[in-house]
Amino acid sequence: MNGIQTGQGAVPILTGAERRKRFFRQAGKQKALIFLSIPIMGYILFFNYLPLWGWIMAFQNYKPAKGFFTSEWVGLEQFARLFGDDRFYLVLRNTLAMSLLNLVSGTVACIFLAIVLSEVKTVVFKRSVQTISYLPFFVSWVVAANIVITFLSPDGGVFNDLLMALGVLEKPVMFLGKEQYFWVIVALSNVWKNTGYGAIVYLSAITSIDPMLYESAQIDGATRLQRIWHITLPGILPTVVVLLIINIGGILNNGFEQQMLLGNPLVLNASEVLDLYVLRYGISLQRYSFSVAAGMFKSVISVILILSANGLAKKLRMTRLF
Amino acid sequence: MEDRFISLFSAVFLGLTVVLTLYPFVNVLAISLNDPLDTVRGGIYLLPRVWTTYTYEKLLSDTSIYQAAMVSLSRTLLGGSLNLMVTIITAYLISRKEFVARRLFSFLLISTMYVHAGLIPGYLLIKEIGLVGSFWVYIIPGLVNAFNIIIVRTYIEGLPDSLVESARVFGAGELRILFQIVIPLILPVVAVVTIFVSIGHWNAWFDTYLYGAGKRHMVTLQYRLMEILMSAQLRTDGQSSGQAAANAIAASQSKTVSPASLRAAMTMLVTVPIMLVYPFLQKYFVQGLTLGGVKE
Repeated sequence: MNGIQTGQGAVPILTGAERRKRFFRQAGKQKALIFLSIPIMGYILFFNYLPLWGWIMAFQNYKPAKGFFTSEWVGLEQFARLFGDDRFYLVLRNTLAMSLLNLVSGTVACIFLAIVLSEVKTVVFKRSVQTISYLPFFVSWVVAANIVITFLSPDGGVFNDLLMALGVLEKPVMFLGKEQYFWVIVALSNVWKNTGYGAIVYLSAITSIDPMLYESAQIDGATRLQRIWHITLPGILPTVVVLLIINIGGILNNGFEQQMLLGNPLVLNASEVLDLYVLRYGISLQRYSFSVAAGMFKSVISVILILSANGLAKKLRMTRLF
Repeated sequence: MEDRFISLFSAVFLGLTVVLTLYPFVNVLAISLNDPLDTVRGGIYLLPRVWTTYTYEKLLSDTSIYQAAMVSLSRTLLGGSLNLMVTIITAYLISRKEFVARRLFSFLLISTMYVHAGLIPGYLLIKEIGLVGSFWVYIIPGLVNAFNIIIVRTYIEGLPDSLVESARVFGAGELRILFQIVIPLILPVVAVVTIFVSIGHWNAWFDTYLYGAGKRHMVTLQYRLMEILMSAQLRTDGQSSGQAAANAIAASQSKTVSPASLRAAMTMLVTVPIMLVYPFLQKYFVQGLTLGGVKE
């Protein structure tokens, strides 16, 4: 596997002055490229980097009326309040738990689907299944959440009716109103929505395994299951490891749409994740400084996690991500 | 023996996958086409019991739905095409190996994928430049998408350098090289990115929540559906099924539709456009993912 090339070819060793001269000579020839770059780079600086300035709010008691310059400086007080808030640890737990559950269930489901698909020899069947399987990926979480709510509804929802018909339940259960089911519902709806699409990577990893391996294993008398176990799985292992590492790096950035749309006041203790905590304090309660401190905590930890994950992946020499 | 078992298992498993993927849509469709009052009795699984298009008629008789559809469509078309243009131009710029600002540009761009200022600083910036409550908040802040740019750049870098070089020797300018030589050769990846950005725009709802709540000219179809969803979520909380049924009866008597039916119909309305373009787009999806960062 190789990532995207960022390196350049061999550059001749030049002295500083020569380098500068060369740079300006080249730059002179690239007026059009530079001209096109300026607005785009300016845009990136403005929309992506300028807001970083807002992080100073985390060290202030920011009041919109006073602005950045005259708001009172409070040092690390907002962070002290953040780390002293029991709710913060609950929210952190929810974030990590749901991210990990989604990651594990999602990875297992994708690998399983990819392997089963690769075992199908009828091309038309395989293609049709694949095409259908990634349909849910392209609908929004709003649509998916509506579907989940309809499906799990205690008023004639299919799932309750099915369990009652099987004798598992005696009367309908409001699954979305019970804290203990929330994480599972999130994980399963995630599997429903994303498995088909996520399986594509693993399927392409399987197709790139040398067919000779399967042929010689077959000659040696390996059964189909043995071939899956000893050739297919080890063959996609590098892909699995790299994707796992990278996804663990993004564990705090696992989104909030599911939690926001499927959650409700009854399950708030299980559904609130960091992003929603930031949103609640920032937008609903207008406690900007506190909210920025929480957001900053998340951003900083995320960057550390992602960079170490990418570093690890690179160290394992399996891929270079960007 | 084992061989046949695996074949059988695969067929059954994949059949089940297809059913589980599609069935929820079918169920919602059935509910949306069933009489709202009858739906309360439960037991709508595959087909409507009492067919009616009343819920849809009711939904479509509300003129604000057309406005929401227009906003959704406008942001998809305008936002999608502008985003695509910026993506292609940026990808081209950072793909030129001799470009002096290439490393700086790439670094600035790629860092945006990792470093996020967060919700509030971004919100305050948008507020400061007066985009809150403006349609342009859908278009402008999301114009540069590093992930899509990287996908396109990778593809451009796969083209032979000699193409661009020879064009340059013949005196073609950068824009001409981009539009007449590069773009025709990267159409597959352009298709993929077009799909990503348009579907992203069509599916977006959170920016309306942040910047357009309570403003009619900002409401999109997804946001409307989100509002219906949220009110349903709050309603189920405090009520037993009996009360929900009573509500539905009251609703039917006053000649309105029940929340559940309305929600189902609206869900279908938002999903149908995706389903309609899906057959045309799906062949590019596989390409899309394998073109990305993880590539064999």
